[in-house]
Formats: sequence, structure tokens, C-alpha cells
Amino acid sequence: MKLGRTSSVALLGMTGTLVEVEANISSQLPGLVIIGLPDTALSQASHRVRAAASNSGMPLSAHHITVNLSPASLPKHGCGFDLAVALACLAAAGGIEQESLERVVHLGELALDGRLRPIAGVLPAVAAARAAGRSRVMVPTACVEEAELVPGMHVIGVASLRDAAIWHGGKFDPEPVDAIAGPVAPVREDDDAGDLADVIGQDAAVMALQVAAAGGHHLLMLGPPGAGKTMLAARLAGILPDLDDDAALEVSAVRSLGGGLPVGAGLSRRPPIEAPHHTATAAAMVGGGSGIIKPGAAVRAAHGVLFLDEAPEFPAAVLDALRQPLESGRITIHRANAVAAFPARFQLVLAANPCPCGLFGVARESCTCPPNLRRRYLARLSGPLLDRIDIHFRVDRVSAAQLRLAPDKPRLTTAQARERIVEARSVARARLARTPWRMNAEVPGRWLRSDGVRPSSSSLAALDRALERGVITMRGYDRILRVAWSIADLDGASAPSAEHLGQAIFLRKGSS
Amino acid sequence: MGDRIELGRRGEQLAADYLTARGYRVIGRNWRCREGEIDVIAEHGGETVFVEVKTRSSTDFGHPFEAITLGKMARMRRLAAAWCEASSTGTRRRIRIDAIAIIAPRTGSPSIEHLQRLS
Repeated sequence: MKLGRTSSVALLGMTGTLVEVEANISSQLPGLVIIGLPDTALSQASHRVRAAASNSGMPLSAHHITVNLSPASLPKHGCGFDLAVALACLAAAGGIEQESLERVVHLGELALDGRLRPIAGVLPAVAAARAAGRSRVMVPTACVEEAELVPGMHVIGVASLRDAAIWHGGKFDPEPVDAIAGPVAPVREDDDAGDLADVIGQDAAVMALQVAAAGGHHLLMLGPPGAGKTMLAARLAGILPDLDDDAALEVSAVRSLGGGLPVGAGLSRRPPIEAPHHTATAAAMVGGGSGIIKPGAAVRAAHGVLFLDEAPEFPAAVLDALRQPLESGRITIHRANAVAAFPARFQLVLAANPCPCGLFGVARESCTCPPNLRRRYLARLSGPLLDRIDIHFRVDRVSAAQLRLAPDKPRLTTAQARERIVEARSVARARLARTPWRMNAEVPGRWLRSDGVRPSSSSLAALDRALERGVITMRGYDRILRVAWSIADLDGASAPSAEHLGQAIFLRKGSS
Repeated sequence: MGDRIELGRRGEQLAADYLTARGYRVIGRNWRCREGEIDVIAEHGGETVFVEVKTRSSTDFGHPFEAITLGKMARMRRLAAAWCEASSTGTRRRIRIDAIAIIAPRTGSPSIEHLQRLS
């Protein structure tokens, strides 16, 4: 029996499964057949492997080789199996040590000259190998930094198939080659989105941003063109606290799958911001694609900000596709033979003009939209979606007077705001320590209204009156309570006061 | 051109000698019909064996077996059927198709590989 065996990882979305790669040599005419549900790119590995092996000076057996990928029923995609297939074939012919090969998980695509090319998804694949109890992984040189982001893994970087064979005890002389480089990760800048101090004359909006960041509340901004909605949204990601280890690993793993920036050395700690255009399809928003399931904008925004400018212009189906991740913090994409799950706990920021022409309610301007068009415009944001958005507020154009006053007033910088928010979040976390929730936005109204948590009846007086008069609904009541808690946390107060509740009511005035 | 034909002839002779040494009875060489040519036909253990011989002077351009493609195999099957028809004895025979690869460098001894029962 001439058998070689090693392992690799098949990715389905972000979930990796350890795949056993077996190669068997039989006395038939030469050929290399890969079985076990490979896609086209993986089937073509037979050509790459044969050429790479012979150009590395280690030609494959001149007999028939059958490569089996197990579990055979799991669909497998892409070119990341090349290295494992090549080494299993060489081991079947007896050129390298089988025991050494079985202890290592192999990832990497082969070039025809025998060098290794970097592949997408190294980070989630290595994480899956660790989860499956493996401790050693062999990757192309260009992917070493990314693979090392997974703690506790012994990463072996190799530049070519020959180097890999030598590492596994193959009796070959080393032939140094230039390793193929991957895309270069950009130098990260914390403040590339602009500083909060750039915002002039929008004190209420700056406060709203801080409240949203402190409590993790979703946000809807209504305002005419030129009021600075886009500018404000871009600054929200800047004032969010740094990501913890697990969140940072997840953000980098999404990037590794080909969603966004390349992954470099060291985890990116800054929350991402994604701003898809309003022509985006549902697949672009949540993810999809034939064969390999790619993450969409909402997934790339996980642990960060998803900003939808001109929100009513998005197709209703696209906006409603966001309801599942808003509810569960995950996106699952179903295919005939697979289900892929992605993280998608993002902070949603919607910006909208008050009407199609954008001038409704603006001083010294007149709106030209007929009333029913105006009504229909904002009605495109469906009720269930708006239900999940705690803060609605109006952004007005900056007046000349505000602009003249601006230089005299000290303005909050992004760094200062971030400190306040880190403080506020730790207060909230301490208060919610014995609950399943971590941020104010996640807390249900039932809990907020329960005894011992509910603010004193004197501070609730204004809110209760609004409910009695029918100005707000019960659902609105709960949302105002949630936001009031975030404001109190920012202020360092132990419970929301009447003033905090007043501010919270103000942050709801953008719509009923 | 002449070199290549001579190399092929030498390879076929080596293959025939190899088979004879292993108890095969060679019953035909270079049998031709309209479809093409069978290099060696032999009998062994009650089977009629049709052998394709591939000879190379080195493996620089791949192993000799790599030159036997699916199309070539299909033609071998048609040729085997044609031979059986042409030399019909009225009795049933069992047949198989083999391939022999010979790497015969200009200097030094040739190496011979024999694949049996190709499918």
C-alpha cells in the first residue's frame, strides 16, 4: 500500500473544518485525480501540483495518484489545499516522513515553479486548526505574520514546496528562492477619519454621537444636505473604544477572507467603519457569492460602524436584510449544501434627508416636494427597522453665527471623547455584570422598568406625563429609558436624573 | 527522425525480450491495420496481452507513461478488437492491455517498467 496522509482546513464562511488529505498510488497510467467535492480551482490543483513538484526537482510518481479529501461530503473551495495535496503525494511515494507530515496542518497555494503563494482566509483557517486541537501549521512565508496572530500556534513558514519537503525530512538539498510576497497591509492610522474637534456648531449632534457610542445605540440622523451628517458618522468609529482580543481577532479574520484591508502583523484594534453605497444589493450587504461565500458590508462592519448614507434610497429588501443581524448579532447565509455564519454585531448609523429635495424644515429655504412624496420618502424606512434604532435626531445646517462663535469655544477631541466613552462603558458593564447584557442598547425595557433599577418617580415625571398624553408609545418609553442610562453613565451619575431623561427625550425628537 | 524510429525499435525489442524472459509467448509484433499499430501481442496465463511500448532516452519531457493519453487508450481497445476479429479462432479469449515504459539513455543500461491491466 502506498499511502500518504496529512491535513488542511476547508473554510465555509468563517468556520473552518479540518480536512484529511490522503493520497494513494495505484499501478495505472499517470494521472492525479482529486475526489471529495472539490470546486474547479481545487480540481485544477492536480495540474499545479504536478508542475510544481517536477519543477522543484521532486517529480511525482509516474503512476496513478488518487487524492481523497475527507470528510468527502463537505464542499471544498479554492487553492489553499495545494501544499497538503503535494506533500501527501510525495509522502505516498516515500520521499518524506509520514509521521512528521501528520502532525502539521498545511495551507498554501502552489505556483508552477514550486514556490508558495499566499492565500485568503489564513487567520480563520489557523484558528480552526487550533480549535480542532492541532498545534502546528505550515503556511507560505507571506502568511506567517497573519497565522501568528492566533495565540498558541507553532507556525512554520516555508517559501517553496522543496523547503516544505526538506522540513518534513525529505533528503533534498536546499534551493533558496525568493518568497512570493502578499499584499502589503497599510500602516494603520488612528485618526484617518478626522477628529471630533473638526465638528463646528453641532454640539447636540456631538453629544448624540457620544451617547450612541457609550450605550451601543443605533442612530438615525435626519437633516438637509450640507448639514454634516456624513462627517459626523465618520467620527463615530473614531470615538468607539479599542477592540478586545476576541473582537479584534474576528475583525481581522473577516479581513483575511478578502473582505477589506489585508491583515498585517499585530491585530488591528480600531473598530472598522463600512459605508456601502445605496445601490448595494442584499448580497453585497450581508454576503454571498457562488461557491465561496464572501462576507458583505454588514459583516465587515462587525464590532464597528455600518453607515448607510441616504438610507431611504436603499431598496427595502436590503434594509430589511439587516433586521436579522440587528436582532441576533450574526448573519447566516444558506446555500443548498451549506450554511455559513458570520459575526455581525455592528452599530448602525442611518442618515437621511427629510424629503427627496432635502429642504423640508430648513430655515429660509422652501421644500418643493409634494406632501405625499415627503411622507412616502421616510416611510421607506420600515417600522421594524426604526424600532431597533434608539436615537433619532435632527442635524441642522450650521449658521454664520455658530461659525463665528466656534473658534472661541474649546471643542472635544476624539481622544477625549473616547476616554469618556471607555469610562461610561465600564460603568455600564459593572452595573450589568450579573445580567446577560453588556451595553445599555441590549437591555430590554422590562428590566429597566423593574424595581430597584427604575429611576426615581420624580425624575420619571416628565416621561410618564408624555406617555399619559400619548406623545410617546410604550416602546418609545423604553428606548428613552435606555438612552437616559447611557447619558447618566457618561455623566458619571449612579442613576438617570430628570435632566438626563430630558436629554434622552430630546434625542427622540427626530421622529415619533 | 531516424534516431527516434531507431530508439522506438530498440525499445520494442527490449520489451519483447523482457516479456519473453517472464514467460510470455510473443505472438505478434507491430501488427497494423487501418486504425493504427499494436507494438507487441503476447500470450500469458491464458490471456492475450496487447502491449503498448513507449521509449524515451530521458525523462526531461516527462515520463513515457505520461504520453499514453485517454485517446491512446481508447485506440488500443479498438485495435485489440480489430486484431481479435482478424485472427478469429472461434474460441473465446480473455484479453488485457498492458503498457511498458523504457527509459534508454544513450549510455548505460535501460530501465523497464511494466503496467498490467490498464483500465
